[in-house]
Amino acid sequence: MTNSHEQTGDKKYAILAAGLTKCFGGLTAVDNLNLQIGFGEIFGLLGPNGAGKSTTIKMLTTLLEPGSGIAQVAGMDIVKEAAGVRTQIGYVPQMLSADGALTGYENMMLSAKLYGMEAADRKNRIAETLQFMGISEFAHKLVKTYSGGMIRRLELAQAMIHRPQVLFLDEPTIGLDPVARRTVWDRLLNLKNQNNLTILMTTHDMEEADQLCDEIAILFQGKMSAAGTPLALKSAVGANAGMEEVFIHFSGGIITEGGNYRDVRDRRRTASRLG
Amino acid sequence: MSVTEEGPRAALGNGWPLTRFGKQTLAIAEVELRKLFRDPTELFTRAVQPVLWLVIFGQVFSRVRGIPTGDVPYLAFMTPGILAQSVLFSAIFYGIAVIWERDLGIVHKLLVSPSYRGALVLGKALSAGLRGLVQAVIIYGLAFIMGIQVRIEPVAIGGVLFAVLLGSAIFSTFSLIIACLVKTRERFMGIGQVLTMPLFFASNAIYPVALMPAWLRVVARVNPLTYLVDTLRGLMIPGGQNIHSFALDFGVMGVLFVAMLAAAARLYPTIIR
Repeated sequence: MTNSHEQTGDKKYAILAAGLTKCFGGLTAVDNLNLQIGFGEIFGLLGPNGAGKSTTIKMLTTLLEPGSGIAQVAGMDIVKEAAGVRTQIGYVPQMLSADGALTGYENMMLSAKLYGMEAADRKNRIAETLQFMGISEFAHKLVKTYSGGMIRRLELAQAMIHRPQVLFLDEPTIGLDPVARRTVWDRLLNLKNQNNLTILMTTHDMEEADQLCDEIAILFQGKMSAAGTPLALKSAVGANAGMEEVFIHFSGGIITEGGNYRDVRDRRRTASRLG
Repeated sequence: MSVTEEGPRAALGNGWPLTRFGKQTLAIAEVELRKLFRDPTELFTRAVQPVLWLVIFGQVFSRVRGIPTGDVPYLAFMTPGILAQSVLFSAIFYGIAVIWERDLGIVHKLLVSPSYRGALVLGKALSAGLRGLVQAVIIYGLAFIMGIQVRIEPVAIGGVLFAVLLGSAIFSTFSLIIACLVKTRERFMGIGQVLTMPLFFASNAIYPVALMPAWLRVVARVNPLTYLVDTLRGLMIPGGQNIHSFALDFGVMGVLFVAMLAAAARLYPTIIR
């Protein structure tokens, strides 16, 4: 799963995981996951609810320690060099993480301060990033007055303020209308193309996965059931297969009982707030 | 906007760890205060309870004369206790905001940043402390209106403000620890309700420790609210009415806060699991 943006030396991959496993009690949420994601690649992690996508992202973003296995992000071990990993990643959670009681500028300033940016650089960097995301003119309005698409772009701006090498997005367009969704896609592609940014994203939107991702992995019951380019996966399933057929084929083709009350509540709450 | 121009590490400030810790703490406290002053409703609603205690309970009990307070009028005796109670009741439910932030994804974003966990927790404690200062201003205002004698001396007022800051920080950090352990709003509310009244009544807030039965005195001795009330009583009432020395009161509160801060910094990342 590498591409032409590969770097040399020990930083060959933006994300590397070998035998990554996480259990909660008797449940194996992620089971022996292997990933090799090259620099500058958009990688999609697909799967039904409870397949282990969010747990994988939590481990790779250092929020959760793996039970076993190893992983590196931007060339650093996610356990032994967790603090270093955090300086090199950006993260947009599935939930709406921008603070509605603050302005967009204030949200950005908080991120800039937490990432240790020098006072002299902050204003310019914030202005530049907000402009790139197309929300400069709303910078001093409260976020609770923003549309769903604007909030997502602000969250992307917050995640990009420190110029990370790897960006993690958990269902970045959930609850957005088609126009807002397209705008977010455009920004993500710009980020990838202009900055050689590596993006790992989860999504339930098959069109999004098809349009954006260079490579895709499908998780089912914690294990990787398929991986490859969207084209290769579609060809493997059938001549006229689309991504939905690919998803159904590799996720068992059954209605799963995955996910829990909190997952569903959070997803619906996010969709409701964005709508 | 380009990563390659400057490189991600160039965006990260250098400087001493302690300086970074301090800046991150202030950044967290600053946004909390911005939110508070943008919508100060909470400050006014939290003022209702101390008003009721002083105006109704205090007035009635000062007529009963059933609680021996020596030469000090009962209203003056209980005023520091009501300030401490107000600090406790405001801070003890602070953890619910952290659960709310967890549900919104704000905690996830903070934890993915390279911030010190201790700075994130201390920033929250500091903002709770600053909220507590508003309670102190309200109580001083009430005391003035009701003609209650309190010390209006810069050193005494400075000491009261510091004690309130520390007390709020202790109880809000304790609240954050509970939030990290119970994880849901429903459980937190139940535990919060169970904790507040015993902490209040098993302290010297509205009656002296000397009136308590022996077993309750033991509880009062390990209750941090007792030390806060004692400090405030020493600093607010003319002539000073503290039983312990200020060194002991501040020492107990300081050690307790450092211990809680260390525990909370360790537990805070677990709230998302």
